[in-house]
Amino acid sequence: MNTADQYVKAIYLLQEMENGPAATGALADMMEVSPASANEMIGKLESRGLAEHEKYKGVTLTDEGIVRARDALQTYCIIERFLSNVLDVEEFRAEARELEPVIDGMIAERLDTIIDRNSECPDCFDPETDACEYLDVCGAEPETETEAAD
Amino acid sequence: MSVGYQVSSDHQLARLLQIGIVLEEVVEARAYHHHEELDEDALDEEIRALLSHAAEESADHRERLEAVIDRLEVDSVPFEEIEALVEAQYGQTKPEDFDGVLYDQLCNEETAYKFYDDVIEAIEASEAQFSIDREELVATLSAIRDEEAEGVEEVTRIMEDRE
Repeated sequence: MNTADQYVKAIYLLQEMENGPAATGALADMMEVSPASANEMIGKLESRGLAEHEKYKGVTLTDEGIVRARDALQTYCIIERFLSNVLDVEEFRAEARELEPVIDGMIAERLDTIIDRNSECPDCFDPETDACEYLDVCGAEPETETEAAD
Repeated sequence: MSVGYQVSSDHQLARLLQIGIVLEEVVEARAYHHHEELDEDALDEEIRALLSHAAEESADHRERLEAVIDRLEVDSVPFEEIEALVEAQYGQTKPEDFDGVLYDQLCNEETAYKFYDDVIEAIEASEAQFSIDREELVATLSAIRDEEAEGVEEVTRIMEDRE
């Protein structure tokens, strides 16, 4: 996934969390870069028609940007699920963040053929936990918990 | 791929190679099942040879990647389980005809080529010390990548001949 895709994914998640534009500072924090670097990339995304920046408010994705962001988020979900379910990686979120830049969408599509992903994907991605809400993030799948309660 | 992405440790390198092994498993399983599922009429000698070669080559690539991982200072992953998982998924795959098989093989080879190319770039961008000699590592991955490129050319040639 290239750098621009990682940025539009982060903006998309911030917009979801804030229910409004993504603040530049929050974007820089999420991407672990300086506000100046985030600003520079926002300018590039604007010139490519993927985002719009309004002074003092923040950045908002265009329709095209949202499509790119959802594709990128889906790729990220595939990487997380693959690491967790196939390779049994406990720290799958941290490793997914490390691997995200080097796993292209077409490679993720191949990995996707051997995992079971929810049809709601990527809407089931929870930005707060940085993982799919159906993924085993606390040692038990939500479905398993329900079954145990029964 | 992100500009400046670098493989910074044995652990990261091993994880990427494990992904490569899974991709090779997928190629091998798909080639095998295409061979098994399609009837005699749908597969002529040329496509049979292509599938057979693809499966053999993927098994060879997988073994070369496993040999590299064995020399890195990381915990191994039980690949028998991954093999079983991939096998279970592809036991249900049924392409309709040889056009589907060829297209699938082309996607397999292109995906694998892209993957190795990105990994090589990420290794070359890194100054990290690995347990394995960097030149030997890049040479091994480059050789595998080049074989994937040859695979893309071969499938493309067959597809063009049949148009």
